Amino acid sequence: MSGSEVQAGPKLELDDVRKSYGDKRVLNGIDLSIADQEVICLIGPSGCGKSTLLRCVDLLDPINGGEIRLDGEAITARGVDANEVRRRIGIVFQSYNLFPHMSVLDNVTLGPRRALGIERAEAEARAMELLERFGLADKANDYPNRMSGGQNQRAAIVRSLMGDPEILLLDEVTSALDPELVGEVLSVIRDLADRGLTMVLATHEMGFARDVASRVCFLHEGRVLEAAPPAELFGAPQHDRTKQFLARVIEAGRL
Amino acid sequence: MSLHGPPSRGTGPDTNGEQVPRRRLFAGVSEFFAEEGAKAGAVAVASTIFFFGGAAVLISRSANWPSVRDQFFNPDDFSASAPDVLEGFWLNIQLFFWAMLIIPVLALAIAVMRSLRGPAFMPLRILAVVYTDLFRGIPLYLLIVVLGFGVPALQLGGLPTSAAFWGIAALSLSYSAYTAEIYRSGIDAVPESQRSSARAIGLTQWQSMRFAVLPQAVRNVVPALMNTVVSLQKDVALISILGIRDAVREAEIYKTRTFNYTSYIVATLLFLAISIPLTRFVDYYTARDRAERSQSQI
Repeated sequence: MSGSEVQAGPKLELDDVRKSYGDKRVLNGIDLSIADQEVICLIGPSGCGKSTLLRCVDLLDPINGGEIRLDGEAITARGVDANEVRRRIGIVFQSYNLFPHMSVLDNVTLGPRRALGIERAEAEARAMELLERFGLADKANDYPNRMSGGQNQRAAIVRSLMGDPEILLLDEVTSALDPELVGEVLSVIRDLADRGLTMVLATHEMGFARDVASRVCFLHEGRVLEAAPPAELFGAPQHDRTKQFLARVIEAGRL
Repeated sequence: MSLHGPPSRGTGPDTNGEQVPRRRLFAGVSEFFAEEGAKAGAVAVASTIFFFGGAAVLISRSANWPSVRDQFFNPDDFSASAPDVLEGFWLNIQLFFWAMLIIPVLALAIAVMRSLRGPAFMPLRILAVVYTDLFRGIPLYLLIVVLGFGVPALQLGGLPTSAAFWGIAALSLSYSAYTAEIYRSGIDAVPESQRSSARAIGLTQWQSMRFAVLPQAVRNVVPALMNTVVSLQKDVALISILGIRDAVREAEIYKTRTFNYTSYIVATLLFLAISIPLTRFVDYYTARDRAERSQSQI
């Protein structure tokens, strides 16, 4: 957390965010306000804009309209140093995206050393602490292609936590995993939620969303159609689209 | 095993039934013996001796062979021309060495310039595109002549007039353009997600390139780069047009003096003595790299 001042306003705000790829409109005016320490789960069918939303928040893709604010400060405004913003936000991708030519330890310490200018010894001490916590201490010198998907994803989470992010974005982080490896990654996320880290997750794990989310947002055609605490959204969805989606999810045995 | 696929020379099935290349320096020959046994080996030796021996007999007994032999393979001319040609070849090696120092660095700079993103880098991207278009588009021969004869003729103050200098410059400009494109294909082959995750941990565009993309890109293209080295080693001979007394030039001088072509054969053998081992090494390296990569996937 930067500074000691108490944040009265929301941690992250999205205000009428719009994004198109060519002619395809992916985000159609997203409004969302996320309080400090909240865990938000984004659910919805493939192509509804979950991943794009997360990429836009981390400024990996420029938005075409609207505004995104972090601690009340517009990060999508002109003249903002995107590198500085990204150092305050962590993101984890579906396909881990560890650097294949580096050991886990180098993967994890690259950001702090190069982006933040932290000494190698200090960065490695911090890295080992986190790797230890997530059960990867013995993998520190392994290369990503020598590890399981679950280990890769946990290492990727460690990498994203190295800069002490104020908010963590998780983009379907269990979708590429074998079913028996999903649990180890989810327990890491649950641990982070318990420690009060603000998180936004795009996920297909409805059971997990119900368990860990403070609010669940249903996205449809680039809009937040419905946002409510999990018990409410899963128990009594308001919109027909939400009902249809949840019915299909239940049919597939995922809730 | 496909009946219509390309010949799988030097490959063998591994335990998973996949084709894993394990071509070695003279693979094919040694593997043949290992796989086929002694009897088949004996047949292979006999038929090889019969074929090449027969060809040798036929050629040496043909009516024109004595004149060919005297013109191209004369032992006296061989030993007479060898010292000068060898000395010239040493110059080829030196020029090759200088070009090898310049090309990878220049080419990498061009490739990186072309791969930079964002409106601010537009001039650099344009510069890189113009460079590659220009120097890939001009025949190497023409470039050597223009720079090697043309620039010194201008007698501009401050510019070197050495033919060797401009010869290396021409080779480096041309080969850097090709090599830059090889690098660029390697950069483009690194998945976009690697760049995203580098940016996501706070690295700048340049740092992402330097620490995440380039190491993977270069590894992708090492075999292609080494093929360029083989080709460069031969093309160094082109600068003999500038009158530089390299191996080819020395051979030509000897020929002009004696009307005997054996000196060219000396030069040929010298170039082959470098390029064949180099090619074998490229094959070996490529196969090893491929094997390593296929093993390292779980």
